[in-house]
Amino acid sequence: MAEFSLPKNSKVQPGKHFPAKDAKKPRTFRIYRWSPDDGQNPRIDTYEVDLAACGPMVLDALLKIKNEIDSTLTLRRSCREGICGSCAMNIDGTNTLACTKAIEDCASGDVKIYPLPHMPVVKDLVPDLTHFYAQFASIKPWLRTQSPAPADKERLQSPEDRKKLDGLYECILCACCSTSCPSYWWNGDRYLGPAILLQAYRWIVDSRDEDTGARLDDLEDPFKLYRCHTIMNCARTCPKGLNPAKAIAEIKKLIVERRT
Amino acid sequence: MSTNNHSAHDVRSELRNPLKRARGLGSAQSGVGHWWTQRVTAAALVFLAIWFVLTVLGALHADYATARSIVAKPWNALLLVAFVLAVCWHAVLGLQVVIEDYVHTRWKEVVLLVLVKFIAVLGTLATLMAVLRVALGA
Repeated sequence: MAEFSLPKNSKVQPGKHFPAKDAKKPRTFRIYRWSPDDGQNPRIDTYEVDLAACGPMVLDALLKIKNEIDSTLTLRRSCREGICGSCAMNIDGTNTLACTKAIEDCASGDVKIYPLPHMPVVKDLVPDLTHFYAQFASIKPWLRTQSPAPADKERLQSPEDRKKLDGLYECILCACCSTSCPSYWWNGDRYLGPAILLQAYRWIVDSRDEDTGARLDDLEDPFKLYRCHTIMNCARTCPKGLNPAKAIAEIKKLIVERRT
Repeated sequence: MSTNNHSAHDVRSELRNPLKRARGLGSAQSGVGHWWTQRVTAAALVFLAIWFVLTVLGALHADYATARSIVAKPWNALLLVAFVLAVCWHAVLGLQVVIEDYVHTRWKEVVLLVLVKFIAVLGTLATLMAVLRVALGA
């Protein structure tokens, strides 16, 4: 059956508390911790951070904790401006990017931070995205053509055709949407998930790509594509404001279109 | 895969490229029929279900002979048959998705998928026989 409760060794325990001394503007962060090395269950550590001496974003607070309070806290981050997708995590109950989520936009009370849901955890806030990336590779996400490349220019595209890529090319593959999708939780081994399907549609709709039929062939599968039940968590959680559910609906429409 | 127990990882699976698992058995090259039929039967049921509810409400407090004569009317018998077919077809397609989504023990999944179809076919045939017997006056 699908897993509705955590296995015994994944049950989350209360953790350590790190109070802030003489903080002018204290805010409490409750963060999921798990290490592969100590044989312990996951725990929730509590950190009090002085926002008077901290940047505005959740990532600023996480880095302040790592730099000044507890250097063992492990997380991914790189660009700190919402373009690399490394710091995707579950903040305040929603998958989003720590670098673009303002602390003051979190609900009042403690700010709760967990790794992306239903992924194997490497350590603390770092999920194992190996399968997610392999699924991306499986759709062959590059321009596939039969015609030879023009000798002295690029493959051109009209402004109208270029416009069709808007809302798709912005995807940074942070995995917020896929890991928010119950269908991906229960059947992620076979279901490609919203992020990868949006990327697939990005190539299907590209006027320069000549392998549209083969792309649709590869997707027409009860599990790869049709596990999408239009739950719409993907569109709600996307930190870039994209709509993967719409891209999936467009793929389904094209597959109907070519047989009628 | 979803537990934190990394030591339980199969060594053999770590020798495989992750792409092997992601590509799996490839595309089944089907699924659109299921998806489209589910939507078409849903559209049909919008009208048939309204008609069915209205007809049942019309037969409230009727005695046996009156209820029988309502079902026996040709248009009612036809729509009743159409309603039963659409409901059972739609239900089989929907339950199939639910089972595929949530039942991850292979033998249980296959047994349930077949069982649901058997029950739906028997249920459909039984209802059709009942309607036809009334409608054709057997």
